[in-house]
Amino acid sequence: MNTLYDFSKLTGAIHHWLSARFSEHTVNLIEFTLAGVSIMIFFGILGLVLVYVERKVSAFIQLRLGPMRVGKWGTAQTIADVIKLLFKEPLINKDADRLLFNLAPYILMTAAFMAMTAVPFAPGLQAFDPDIGLLFVSAVSSLGVIGILLAGWSSNNKYALIGAMRAGAQIISYELSVALSLLTIVVLTGSLQLSTIIESQRDGWWIFKGHLPAWIAFLIFLIAGTAETNRGPFDLAEAESELTAGFHTEYSGLKFAFFFLAEFANMFIVCAIGATVFFGGWMPLHIGPWHGFNAVMDFIPPVVWFFGKVAVLIFVMMWFRWTFPRLRIDQLLRLEWKYLLPVNLMNILFMAFIAMMGWHF
Amino acid sequence: MMDSTALLIFFICSLIMVGAGMLVSHLVAPRSKNIQKEEPYECGIPTQGTSWIQFRVGYYLFAIIFLIFDVETVFIFPWAVAMKEVGLAAFVEIVIFFGVLGLGLLYAWKKGALKWE
Repeated sequence: MNTLYDFSKLTGAIHHWLSARFSEHTVNLIEFTLAGVSIMIFFGILGLVLVYVERKVSAFIQLRLGPMRVGKWGTAQTIADVIKLLFKEPLINKDADRLLFNLAPYILMTAAFMAMTAVPFAPGLQAFDPDIGLLFVSAVSSLGVIGILLAGWSSNNKYALIGAMRAGAQIISYELSVALSLLTIVVLTGSLQLSTIIESQRDGWWIFKGHLPAWIAFLIFLIAGTAETNRGPFDLAEAESELTAGFHTEYSGLKFAFFFLAEFANMFIVCAIGATVFFGGWMPLHIGPWHGFNAVMDFIPPVVWFFGKVAVLIFVMMWFRWTFPRLRIDQLLRLEWKYLLPVNLMNILFMAFIAMMGWHF
Repeated sequence: MMDSTALLIFFICSLIMVGAGMLVSHLVAPRSKNIQKEEPYECGIPTQGTSWIQFRVGYYLFAIIFLIFDVETVFIFPWAVAMKEVGLAAFVEIVIFFGVLGLGLLYAWKKGALKWE
């Protein structure tokens, strides 16, 4: 088995190499810094790839070609866009609250970055694995809404204010559904640690082992996750046809780019957590006692499994965006409070009953 | 201790990431002063009044309901972890808990707090 299957050998080797040279405390510091820098690089790559993919997928759905000019099949288009944004003049509106206006991108990006540290990419490839992993991710990623509210309010622009208020109401509402649908599966795992949750799916993914409630929970998670990242039919916070750009109307240059990067990073985090909890993260498709089948599936490296699952979920979310018409704010809040939330509560009871009777696999 | 050190380092890394971007943009971006550019963007004609106003109360209503249900979610986290070990007692307790909560939701619903107008 080479490193593609188990990254703990690679990280172990780095740890060994460092331990021989520095004291234990310094080794920890260096390792965490390395992890932080790797995530930074990953953020950059993620932004470049996802913006390109989003444009190509939307073009595919609308029977267009999408970006084709810069680089082969337009692959360098995003790089060109970043360079363009870097050379744009950063404008600040004269009545804006300058401190909060500049602070907002930091808060948004920090929330996304911290949540990304807990994502398990492959065995041994997880920067931070606390035993309250799921709580940590949902807590930290929900801090991003403060950045959005600050951005909208400090801009002193009516479009931005309306967009931020909508985003605030929407994100806090749908956060409940995201947390509750994940908790439906936690009832079965009995642990919030992400690595333990993955390990508990060695004989099959929870979506298959958890019967109907797991499917209901996954559907709710997908809808609420799309809403929480301000995407798809739920993008009224930045509804371009009515609010220009919503809460980031006044932002320009690289600050504007950071809002987009945070949005795509949040989308990745939601899909990664969904893949981890419902589809086994990097765990290959295993079916209980079919050892031959399981062994064949193990030949595909865990990293490929993880990114494959996340890519499918991201594609579904993009598909949503370009297929459904945008909801109105009252429809959006009605969907959450009168449909998703009661269904979710009943679903948890249903799952708790199944777990109590031992009917799950 | 290890965990908090890790979090601190990741926090600093995220600040550096955004800060470095801002710095590069600050260094290379062109600047030209123009009074028109500093106007808030609305639709072309001069903007009317400030946007720091009392905004519609409907949003705050939802924020208050959210607070109740978010605290409830925090209660469910430890319950969900312990559910399988505790068994029947945990199930009975969550039924009672959700019963009370459901009554609360029903009350808000009947009072019209979930209606947007």
